[in-house]
Amino acid sequence: MTTLDFRNVTKRYRVRGSGDMLALDDVSFTLTSGQTIALVGQSGSGKSTIAKILTQLERATSGEVLLDGEPIPHRGPGLRRYRQRVRMVFQDPFASLNPYHTIRHHLERPLRLDKVVPADEVEDEVRALLTRVRLDPDATIDRRPHELSGGQRQRVAIARALASRPELLIADEPVSMLDVSIRLGVLNLLADLQRESNLGVLYITHDLATARHFSDEIMVLHHGVVVERGPADDVILRAQHEYTRALRGASPDPDKHFADPSGRAVTRS
Amino acid sequence: MTSETLLTVDDFSVVYDVDPPVEAVRHVSLALQRGEILGLAGESGCGKTTLAYGIQRLLKPPAVITSGRAVFHDESGEDIDINALDADAMRAFRWDKVSMVFQGAMNALNPVASIGRQLEDVFLTHRPSMGRAERREECAGLLDLVGVGRERMRSYPHELSGGMRQRVMIAMAMALRPQLMIMDEPTTALDVLVQREILEQISDLRSKLGFSVIFITHDLPLLLEISDRIAVMKDGVIVELASALDIYSDAQHEYTRRLLSSFPSLTGERGDFIRGSESTPTTTEAAL
Repeated sequence: MTTLDFRNVTKRYRVRGSGDMLALDDVSFTLTSGQTIALVGQSGSGKSTIAKILTQLERATSGEVLLDGEPIPHRGPGLRRYRQRVRMVFQDPFASLNPYHTIRHHLERPLRLDKVVPADEVEDEVRALLTRVRLDPDATIDRRPHELSGGQRQRVAIARALASRPELLIADEPVSMLDVSIRLGVLNLLADLQRESNLGVLYITHDLATARHFSDEIMVLHHGVVVERGPADDVILRAQHEYTRALRGASPDPDKHFADPSGRAVTRS
Repeated sequence: MTSETLLTVDDFSVVYDVDPPVEAVRHVSLALQRGEILGLAGESGCGKTTLAYGIQRLLKPPAVITSGRAVFHDESGEDIDINALDADAMRAFRWDKVSMVFQGAMNALNPVASIGRQLEDVFLTHRPSMGRAERREECAGLLDLVGVGRERMRSYPHELSGGMRQRVMIAMAMALRPQLMIMDEPTTALDVLVQREILEQISDLRSKLGFSVIFITHDLPLLLEISDRIAVMKDGVIVELASALDIYSDAQHEYTRRLLSSFPSLTGERGDFIRGSESTPTTTEAAL
């Protein structure tokens, strides 16, 4: 059981000429293995700052991040070990894969660098990773990113994140760049992997509908403050905070739009 | 008496003449009503943008219009075959009769000119006889209309938020009171809260001014809420064209149903299959 504690974290950015910008104001939450938390909020709310602090691309101004009770090392082998355990999946699969390298190369690198398996088992492990993300190893392993569709590329990016056998996954808008008909496929894959490996997932998104169906809990971030949190259905269906209700009201919801006066949605045949 | 149909697209095809040629739009026919918001839905590469550009002749080689025509039924009663216009007539036609809000339009403003000046350019080009004071007043009125406010006339683009810049682009597209505005993903880059405000504004202005809108996006739930009718496009063909309610409650084409089911419901039960049941590999990705 892995526990990541984000404890009373505040982050200020220096802005030239206009004083400090408070990006996160005393944010706390705990992510454990097997759990999916969605982090929602509009642009500028601080979602990505949380992801950056979790991956140590930024340091918190105050507060601490603890993995199983230990503070995250800021450098050296300790930081490296931390990053093997807590992995990130980025938004843009067109930018996060190197166009010069084959899919094999992308997946071999973390396996070799982190010495996940002995050298003579690397090839088998690469194939196993591709199979895990439901890609055909023979059809993908020697290709380069541009030869794959957006959904396939994001699957490769997920496979790469899984290579070091992480316990927690930070997924920053993992499907927002993909075509709508393949988004659910990728989210379903993440959900399956999460169950198979008992991963903890932080799902960062502005899409309330997928947040509700994909995660156990939702945290709503507004101007760097968590204004509401709770079980997914409660936060969306019985929102307490005004801002959560505003977000929900602004999101397209055809079921409500077409609901008849009796309050019952028009049934889809 | 003007006809109720504003634009008739008949057997329209566009081919990208590369090797091998790509048939981006294949024999599309549709009739757009006056004052109607028509949603054009489909995924990347389905041809929706090519169709929208094609009917205004905004395409460049290697794109070739290989068949069909688009006829604009002007409020004067005149029928204008857009393909038959010569260069001068085309330049006068665009923006005056049909204007366009481009994808990411908010980044299309000139960073070194005030937004007031950029709005004035529209009138300088299309209404050269208009006096300076009147022109200024028109521009100020437009900024009021879209909720930016006339006091921002002298602002530069970087002094405005993304949402405000997008409103400036909408003001610019409305400047000449066109009968048709084509909007290509006008709110995709914006926050849901800002998006909602802008959509409500477009809808209000449409009722006030009576123009028609072709609204292009892949966001089907959004289209269901704002459109009168929706055309669903796939592989260059309109596979289904029906009222928003019919698309929502009684979609006929299998692809429309698949698109609809790609969006989990915000407040309804549909979408539960993500949490819980095992997923099946998606059909779209099965073929490499």
